[in-house]
Amino acid sequence: MSATAGTAVWFAQHESRLVWRDWISMITAGRRERLRVVAIGVVAFILFMHFVAYWVVGPHAGAAIDKQTLLTITTSALLSWMLMISQAMESITRAFYARSDLDLILASPVNSNKLFGVRIATIALGTTLMALPLAAPFIDVLIARGGWRWLGAYGLIVAMGAAAAALAVGLTVALFRVLGARRTRFVAQVIAAIIGAAFVIGLQVVAILSYGTISRAALLQSKTLLALAPGLDSALWWPARAALGQILPLAAVLAASFALLAAAVVLVAPRFGNYAIAAAGIGNASIVRSRRNAFRKRLSPRGALRRKEWILLRRDPWLMSQTLMQMLYLVPPALMLWRGFDQDNSALQLVVPVLVMAAGQLAGGLAWLAISGEDAPDLVATAPVPRHFILRAKIEAVLGAVILIFAPLVAAIAVASPWHALIATAGIAIAAAASTAVQFWFRSQAKRSQFRRRQVSSRLATFTEAFSSIGWAATAAVATASIWLAMAPAVLALLVLGGAYLLSPRARNAW
Amino acid sequence: MQQIAPTPAALEIHGLIKRFDRPAVDGLELTVRAGEFYALVGPNGAGKTTTLRMIAGLLRPDAGSIHVGGIDALSDPVAAKQIVAWVSDEPMIYDKLTPREYLEFVSGLWGVASALAASRADALLDWLDLAPHADERCESFSKGMRQKIALAGALVHEPRVIILDEPLTGLDAGSARQVKNVLRERARSGGTIIMTTHILEVAERMADRIGIIAHGKLIAEGTLEELRRQAGTDAHAREGGSLEETFLALVAEPAQAA
Repeated sequence: MSATAGTAVWFAQHESRLVWRDWISMITAGRRERLRVVAIGVVAFILFMHFVAYWVVGPHAGAAIDKQTLLTITTSALLSWMLMISQAMESITRAFYARSDLDLILASPVNSNKLFGVRIATIALGTTLMALPLAAPFIDVLIARGGWRWLGAYGLIVAMGAAAAALAVGLTVALFRVLGARRTRFVAQVIAAIIGAAFVIGLQVVAILSYGTISRAALLQSKTLLALAPGLDSALWWPARAALGQILPLAAVLAASFALLAAAVVLVAPRFGNYAIAAAGIGNASIVRSRRNAFRKRLSPRGALRRKEWILLRRDPWLMSQTLMQMLYLVPPALMLWRGFDQDNSALQLVVPVLVMAAGQLAGGLAWLAISGEDAPDLVATAPVPRHFILRAKIEAVLGAVILIFAPLVAAIAVASPWHALIATAGIAIAAAASTAVQFWFRSQAKRSQFRRRQVSSRLATFTEAFSSIGWAATAAVATASIWLAMAPAVLALLVLGGAYLLSPRARNAW
Repeated sequence: MQQIAPTPAALEIHGLIKRFDRPAVDGLELTVRAGEFYALVGPNGAGKTTTLRMIAGLLRPDAGSIHVGGIDALSDPVAAKQIVAWVSDEPMIYDKLTPREYLEFVSGLWGVASALAASRADALLDWLDLAPHADERCESFSKGMRQKIALAGALVHEPRVIILDEPLTGLDAGSARQVKNVLRERARSGGTIIMTTHILEVAERMADRIGIIAHGKLIAEGTLEELRRQAGTDAHAREGGSLEETFLALVAEPAQAA
């Protein structure tokens, strides 16, 4: 039944319909006939995650409420919350900048505050729903093995979703006020991209500096940290106590989170329209000048394509934030490298595969932008150069960028151990080439602005790219000890790539 | 006596066929002379854009032949593309490049010497009133400005044949006039222009010849006067009638026959 037009309930129905269809479109890559297959896949994934959860948290389900337990739960919750804030910031930035219905809403005679309030609440709901499938297997296992008290963890997830959305709204609005509409978009994207990674990386950095290991567990179980942690009656443990099913802390955490969300709705919804108008106006209001010595030297068609790709990659804010995140993940291994410089080569055995993995992932993103994300496909296709020529130039641009980023790190490894540098070089080159090949096989024309959705256009390509990078990272890791043993993961990686090629549209077209 | 070789037609199409779910282009025959301004008009879904995309090398036909400036565009597409420029209704430019950088990129693709490309780019930017914005990124530009940049890109390598698909769609009066002036000037200086348009008045005023396409076939062709005669005794296509009346009369016939 439909609610009265213009009411908050009516807007909520409208929003939930949009969110639902957007979500279905995202998971099915726009093909509704895939829905059944995707649903089976999601169920299979959740079942699999229950097995993983049984192994990871099962033994701890009956843990006593002591500092160690509270610290572990708090840290895990904080880590998840950071990721939820990142997700919510992404959503709120999109709501300000990319929602195509804003013109319609702002031009209509209805009170748009209600809709914007509903929209903020929907972001909270969406953030919670995104976290639930990942958290549910762990909570279910804890309930099954530790009792109903763990049901409180579901309540904590709901509270975290509400608080994450409220905080994300507050952060984005603060950026708007301080930086203005134009800069906020870029900065918010960067913050959203790194915020989720920052906490994990921070813990790893502290663990490396304090204990010489990348393991977070070593830090969390350390006597020093436990001694520094507040007493058992501290309010800082309330979220952890809420997860453990204690009624009062659960009620307090839920009440505080919803109060934050309500405050965000009440304070921001009336101004949401103004922010959206400001965001919509940045195209006209701001002009970015780029003075470069164009036409300075003669460019071959290949040179022109390479240069164009590099300029576009450099000026792509989303890519910059993604690259920044990739680089952040390299901080802990780089730190290990630095600490282990005058010691043995054990740190290098960890650093090399991390670099290989990062190179594969980075090359995949760059390759999608260069190969599929072409904003002027007709122009390039009508140029008087053979098609393979264009692709080669684009691939050269991708690999050139990868070399530029990883060369200094490999050079640093070479100083410590030329052998490890050699393996790193080979691993980076192969992983980058493999990811580029996957993007080439599964290429499909798209706008560069669709980069965020590249993973859903072909899940097979996404998984192949990930498994290939993991495979080559494993190969590099084993190769540092034994080249012969490294053949096994290498063959597996090649099998993954070969299978993906056979299933790719390119192979089907060739046949 | 010395024999003078005949100048090849700018475009010769024979028996062109392209099917998607249904025939989009169905045995099309079309010849455009060098230096001619040719307008291709027709109802929605008649096959105009598909035809132009095949000429530009963006689609491969199922059957038939395409010769551009005497070059077989299907067997030697690179040579054919060297003398052709394509401008679509949706200007495809790079938001993160400036107009000058865009023109440098296009010049590079077509292998134009940098000094020559630079002077042509300056002249084009000046001519199209884009010079004050030459070093601004295109992301803030209006549709009209973007279309003018795309047009500048098409002209910077001095093509012999320019193919335009609805180039005036969505342009304001000022931008539309500038684009029309550029095309007219190009035709006057010997270039061949092949253009689709929904604005029949534009075809009527600018084109040397007009081709009317329906159901993937060329159903009538000629100057406005010739088209009126082909429309025959139809009451709407009387002497002095507009292209709109003539067009509607000509398009109605195959539709009735179908």
